[in-house]
Amino acid sequence: MLKDQDRIFQNLYNDKGSDVSSSQERGDWVNTKEITNKGRDWIINEIKESQLRGRGGAGFPTGLKWSFAPKEVGSRPHYLVINADESEPGTCKDRDILRFEPHKLIEGCLIASYAVQAHVCYIYIRGEYFVDGQKLQAAIDEAYEKKLLGKNAAGTGWDLDIYIHYGAGAYICGEETALLESLEGKKGQPRLKPPFPALIGLYGCPTIINNVETIAVVPTILRRGAKWFASLGREKNTGTKIFCISGNVNNPCNVEEEMSIPLKELIEVHAGGVIGGWENLQAVIPGGSSMPLIPKERCETLKMDFDACVEEKSGLGTAGIVVINKDQDILKCMARIARFYKHESCGQCTPCREGSGWMWRMLERMAKGDATKDEVDMLGDVTNQIAGHTICAFGEGSSWPVQGLLRHFKKEIEKRNNLDPIVQKKNNIPYLVDQHLLDKKNA
Amino acid sequence: MSLRRPAKDQPESFEFNVSSLEAAKVIVAKYPEGKQQSAVMALLYIAQKQNNNWIPLAAMKYIAKFLDMPYIKVYEVATFYTMYNLAPVGKYFIQVCTTTPCMIRGANKLVEACKEKISENESELSNDKSCSWMEVECLGACVNAPMMQINDDYYEDLDKQKTLDILDKILNGETPKPGSYRGRVNNEPENNRKTLMNLKNA
Repeated sequence: MLKDQDRIFQNLYNDKGSDVSSSQERGDWVNTKEITNKGRDWIINEIKESQLRGRGGAGFPTGLKWSFAPKEVGSRPHYLVINADESEPGTCKDRDILRFEPHKLIEGCLIASYAVQAHVCYIYIRGEYFVDGQKLQAAIDEAYEKKLLGKNAAGTGWDLDIYIHYGAGAYICGEETALLESLEGKKGQPRLKPPFPALIGLYGCPTIINNVETIAVVPTILRRGAKWFASLGREKNTGTKIFCISGNVNNPCNVEEEMSIPLKELIEVHAGGVIGGWENLQAVIPGGSSMPLIPKERCETLKMDFDACVEEKSGLGTAGIVVINKDQDILKCMARIARFYKHESCGQCTPCREGSGWMWRMLERMAKGDATKDEVDMLGDVTNQIAGHTICAFGEGSSWPVQGLLRHFKKEIEKRNNLDPIVQKKNNIPYLVDQHLLDKKNA
Repeated sequence: MSLRRPAKDQPESFEFNVSSLEAAKVIVAKYPEGKQQSAVMALLYIAQKQNNNWIPLAAMKYIAKFLDMPYIKVYEVATFYTMYNLAPVGKYFIQVCTTTPCMIRGANKLVEACKEKISENESELSNDKSCSWMEVECLGACVNAPMMQINDDYYEDLDKQKTLDILDKILNGETPKPGSYRGRVNNEPENNRKTLMNLKNA
């Protein structure tokens, strides 16, 4: 288990209060000026050496991303945008940072803005987190009052303004280019990449977009050194991470732990074990709903980091661990996730718009035991036609969980649907065109 | 995608009142000059708040003029995002999360409670016209599942009985206390905390 003094988010459970003075006791805002005095290149190099990978799901190296920002500010200003549109089912870590450790985030914004030469930073918070956004706004106001923001912020000589922008319940706005569209006052439909936002982003200006957790750990890394951060976890998967353990566990919780911690330890030690005991475990979704599930046998030894999860054909994603025990109907669980994606598809690309609903309807039929034999193969086929054929990664996000289900629980589907090769069911299923018009509910 | 349609009965006109107008000006100032279109989402919220928690078409037209942008673009935004209510909802607007993490911890019991206390179907006003409820997608409080949102506040760690109690209070016009209903502190593991112990005991 990680030592307490190595935990970055000391106030994760709000034992101490989130105002400036108690944050300063925890080490925030203490020597911000000295950090920025070491210069941009030093900051970016230090972040590169710490091997910090983005905490928003994709795990892109943060230092590398920052180095993509143009070295000189041209005619167009630079922007820093913080992605606090946390909507991935199973994930609720950013909410705790917004409400209990806002000054880690604000200080991180200042340092990151300095590093990428931005004078304006927008924090895009999902609309449902209105109350938590108000808490962040209070912290920002306090920071302005204490001269930690605004002109010559915290004595660093850098001017920075931070504004909060509320989303309005669209999951897709967690995708970076959809977020930019939304910030520009349009509907959140992702843009084609390239050009990447680092060159052409918000209002056509160079923009760096980072997750809340990524930015909030930056000040601590720079204070304690890249070596310290890189010494936690393992090569390429360094540092600490907030894990959200939800679902069928005795004590669901958020906990900050070292990367590469065994999944079993997280569940048994921190979350109080699976309801009904470890033997009652059915499957685990390791990184938020868009990552394929992992069946119990593999969970015994799984280490929670980016690369180890990929080896299991899944992903760490946002580290939102959803534990599903044997009392649950796995097909219904995945059908519900498919319904989530059907509801949240932005409608821009046809494979995703039509396919997400198609997958949902097929899974619902399978859960009821009404599916035909062709449909199991067809479901796999549909997932392959969605993944990789859309503008953004939503296509992968919606089809991977279904592929994971097919990979590990195909037997369950076949058992329930009585797929005898000789008995041919004659279900008239108009699956191709306009079926959503037939579904009265949630069309 | 979700299907969203504006209400049939629409008011003739809409205008910001004084406090809304002030709030709108503060919002527009957040964005660079000439990029006032960015403020459309926030302005729709303001209109929604002023107009009993829903947005009439007249408000969209008003905001379009206010921000000097085409009406259809405001309409696009208002119909794209699910938190803008295009038809009247109750003064107490209850959103029950039923996505998988909440579902496997019994979110359907919360839905049952809503059906018993408020209305048989979602997005339907209760008998006294004060409440309405609907199922929504993940609200981002998964370790506190099952949970629901009433207006801006989160009510967490619920079960059927607790939901019934909360709904009773609301129907009596009271505002119940938000937060966890199992008495736990924020997101810490109940009775099983193993981290940051010196802070807890300090």
